[in-house]
Amino acid sequence: MMVENPLSHWKQTLTTGLIGGAIVVLVSLVGMVAAFNQRDIIYTAITMGQVLFLAPLVLVGYVAAYRVADRHAQAPVPILLAGGGAGLAGGSVIAALIVIGQAIDLRAVFVNASPTLYQVLMFGREYPLGAGLPVLAGLVAGGLGAGAFLLPPRLRPAIIQAIIWVVLIGLLRDLLMTVIGLWGPVKPAVQWLFAQSGLSPIGAVALFAVTGGLSLWRSTRSVQARITRSPAQQRLIRWGTLAVVGVILLALPWVLGIFFSEVLDNVGLYILMGLGLNIVVGFAGLLDLGYVAFYAIGAYSMGVLTSPELGFFNLTYWQALPIALAVAVLAGVLLGLPVLKMRGDYLAIVTLGFGEIIRILVLSDWLRPYLGGSHGIQLIARPRFGPLELVTQQQLYYVILAGCFIAGLIAWRLKDSRLGRAWMAIREDEDVAQALGVNPVTTKLLAFAMGALFSGLSGTIFAAKLGSTIPGDFGFLVSINVLSLIIIGGMGSIPGVVVGALALVGLPGLLREFAEFRLLVYGAVLVVMMLMRPEGLWPEARRQLELHEEAEEVPAAGEAVPAPPTPAPAFSPTMGDGGES
Amino acid sequence: MLQAWRQRLTLTDVLIWAIGLSIGVVVVVGSAATFGLGKYTWLNWLDLAIKGLALGGVYALIALGYTLVYGILRMINFAHSEVFMSGPFTAVFLANALDRSGFLDQQPVLSLLMVAALSMAVSTTVAVLLERIAYRPLRTAPRLVPLITAIGASFFLQYTFRGLYGSGFKAYPSIPLLEGGWTLGEVRIFKTHVVVIVSAILLMLALYTIVQRTKMGKAMRAVSEDKEAAALMGIDVDRVIVFTFALGGASAGLAGVLYVLLFPVVNFFMGFIPGLKAFTAAVLGGIGNVPGAMLGAMVLGLVESIGPNLFLDGLGIPNPNQLKDMIAFIVLVFILIFRPTGILGERLAAAKA
Repeated sequence: MMVENPLSHWKQTLTTGLIGGAIVVLVSLVGMVAAFNQRDIIYTAITMGQVLFLAPLVLVGYVAAYRVADRHAQAPVPILLAGGGAGLAGGSVIAALIVIGQAIDLRAVFVNASPTLYQVLMFGREYPLGAGLPVLAGLVAGGLGAGAFLLPPRLRPAIIQAIIWVVLIGLLRDLLMTVIGLWGPVKPAVQWLFAQSGLSPIGAVALFAVTGGLSLWRSTRSVQARITRSPAQQRLIRWGTLAVVGVILLALPWVLGIFFSEVLDNVGLYILMGLGLNIVVGFAGLLDLGYVAFYAIGAYSMGVLTSPELGFFNLTYWQALPIALAVAVLAGVLLGLPVLKMRGDYLAIVTLGFGEIIRILVLSDWLRPYLGGSHGIQLIARPRFGPLELVTQQQLYYVILAGCFIAGLIAWRLKDSRLGRAWMAIREDEDVAQALGVNPVTTKLLAFAMGALFSGLSGTIFAAKLGSTIPGDFGFLVSINVLSLIIIGGMGSIPGVVVGALALVGLPGLLREFAEFRLLVYGAVLVVMMLMRPEGLWPEARRQLELHEEAEEVPAAGEAVPAPPTPAPAFSPTMGDGGES
Repeated sequence: MLQAWRQRLTLTDVLIWAIGLSIGVVVVVGSAATFGLGKYTWLNWLDLAIKGLALGGVYALIALGYTLVYGILRMINFAHSEVFMSGPFTAVFLANALDRSGFLDQQPVLSLLMVAALSMAVSTTVAVLLERIAYRPLRTAPRLVPLITAIGASFFLQYTFRGLYGSGFKAYPSIPLLEGGWTLGEVRIFKTHVVVIVSAILLMLALYTIVQRTKMGKAMRAVSEDKEAAALMGIDVDRVIVFTFALGGASAGLAGVLYVLLFPVVNFFMGFIPGLKAFTAAVLGGIGNVPGAMLGAMVLGLVESIGPNLFLDGLGIPNPNQLKDMIAFIVLVFILIFRPTGILGERLAAAKA
């Protein structure tokens, strides 16, 4: 054993490093590194592309250190060696990619193996020398990862959070400049913080210090402070926060301008759908993959009812709305009926089939006279208040906001109602729930109907916003987007829907480069989430308990700071590496 | 008697049966009307049937992957459609390189075998990696968790291959050897259809033999009966599961090559619809049941190929072929409602839940 030990741990370190290197090669060849290289995090110092290819190496160093620490109880030298070694191995894989790429033209097969990619990987240097740089960078990055492992446990989350903040704020520079930059007094500070693109170097350091310090301060005292406040104070704080949030929400589109309002509207539409699917999947546990069907039904009902192009009814938006919603709910019940007895994965596939059936029908020549076929329906009515027709993104934002508010309120009130508890009972165990007097038929149908209602509402607003519907807008990908956002936010959690929509719909809307890799990242994030944090980013308390039964003996698991075993930085919505492979 | 019936019969049952009946009526009336039109001769129907069988052969090979994995892990490997896509989408580069060098014209059979081998290798690798990374850690997780993982993996794979090879369509070169057809009396059969049907049948026989006759196949069947008991009998369950994924992947890769003989254009999204159909075929035959998957696939291929013309043309629906995917999905929905065990499945009726 004494002889075998060091050898086996070196092998382990090597494998960790090679896996990390493989991840970086994959992320590079898929095109993410080169695409994100145009976006600076810190001006002239580091780009998002570099973050993408260095972050896995840092992570590899951390993991290698974590594994070694089991044997060499916290001695810093072997830990640093392991981290550096793993990083070195990972860097060598990247160097190998560069060497191969210079010898033969990989572009014949891998479209993204462009000269730009090699430029980024070689830090902009010339070939023979530059190929060595990723090895060096790997060594440093791995060493940094191991160094992070050696930090005192209280400091580590603070630093990780600070890094995430710096990356996030650097990425969102354009948005933040437009928002805060307008307000006179802080203008100099903002200009000092940001450069032409990304953060300025001094700004980044300052931001890092401030956010790190804040999170350190919060972790030491927040719980204590919250307990000592009186109930009246707490109520005041809660209402105060609500009022501030409300004012911000109302003012948002005018502060942000047209482009960001468009993003905001899309986020809102997805929040609306997410709230609906959250009832079906999150509360009642019925995995619906054809959720887009109701969105399409809402939009198409609105089109058929209002469009003068088809000329059937020529209603106004408000007249058509209740009818469209009724159609969506009816469709929800009708599609829910046949799947009542199915469970789990069969249900998922059948609902997926329903979604496709709706799409095929809408596209078909058969229904062309009624639904417009591939051409879709044009000239759909927009919502109107007296003489005011809501046309621009900024005006329609208020309709969406109102919809989200009502849907959120309904979902929130339903959650702890008799019906909500029945849904959760069905989710936990259908047979037991039935034995205890829950009627599975009505309960499930109500879940489908509620889901269809919210999704249909979202569809009607979507149709009115564009003024037209085309079948291409209602593909399977919409269902997947909605599902991903509620899973990432946390199934069954209402604030989670908002967090998920902001991360999955808002972020790609703000970062053009990201849009192309959106689904790749969603997929990776879904897998990683399920493997590491199945309860989501903003979990619902009950769900968290279910998924971590073994942790139940730990008192107040919800409040405790996440314990070290799982490295928290593995997930961040902006990081595309996703820890795959 | 009547009262007992009335108690057992719920409104939902009545509604479901009503929907089912109305679809049955559409099928019967549509078929009668089509025959009344006299638009098609028996030669047309035979043509469609052969096309359907070729398609069914491809579906059968994909369906095996679903059914084997379901039999052992009781999960739908949603990403299997991407396992299927990865093979032919990679092998297209080899096929085109062989075409450019002229080797394809000199040695068409050898070239095809090389392409098939590459496709198989890639699909197998993807399937095994998928199992190792995404599914193995979740074997004891609640049921929804691996399913969501599978959906995520499916998208991850799709868009990874899109990133690697580009988003455009890529065409396979045409193979002169397989162009045209043979004529037997009045009947004309395309060579590609014959090749696809024959190789699909041979491959299915080979797979069936592996599952029924080899030691590994026996171990697979044992694990699918009872994992714990199999482990106690000295079977390495992990290895059996990896083998199952590899077998499913290999057959999907081969199915991919046969598929491109029928439709010689590939892209990153090509797996989605065939994958869903193959799953339908697996359910139709009785999921978990290997001969069932083959039978179900053939039936589905025929229904999909003949159905639009037979059921819908007589009803005056324009371009009925646009609705062929819909027919396949309706078959799926109705099988699951009225006979969730499929044509041949019985054993899993109890295990399903």
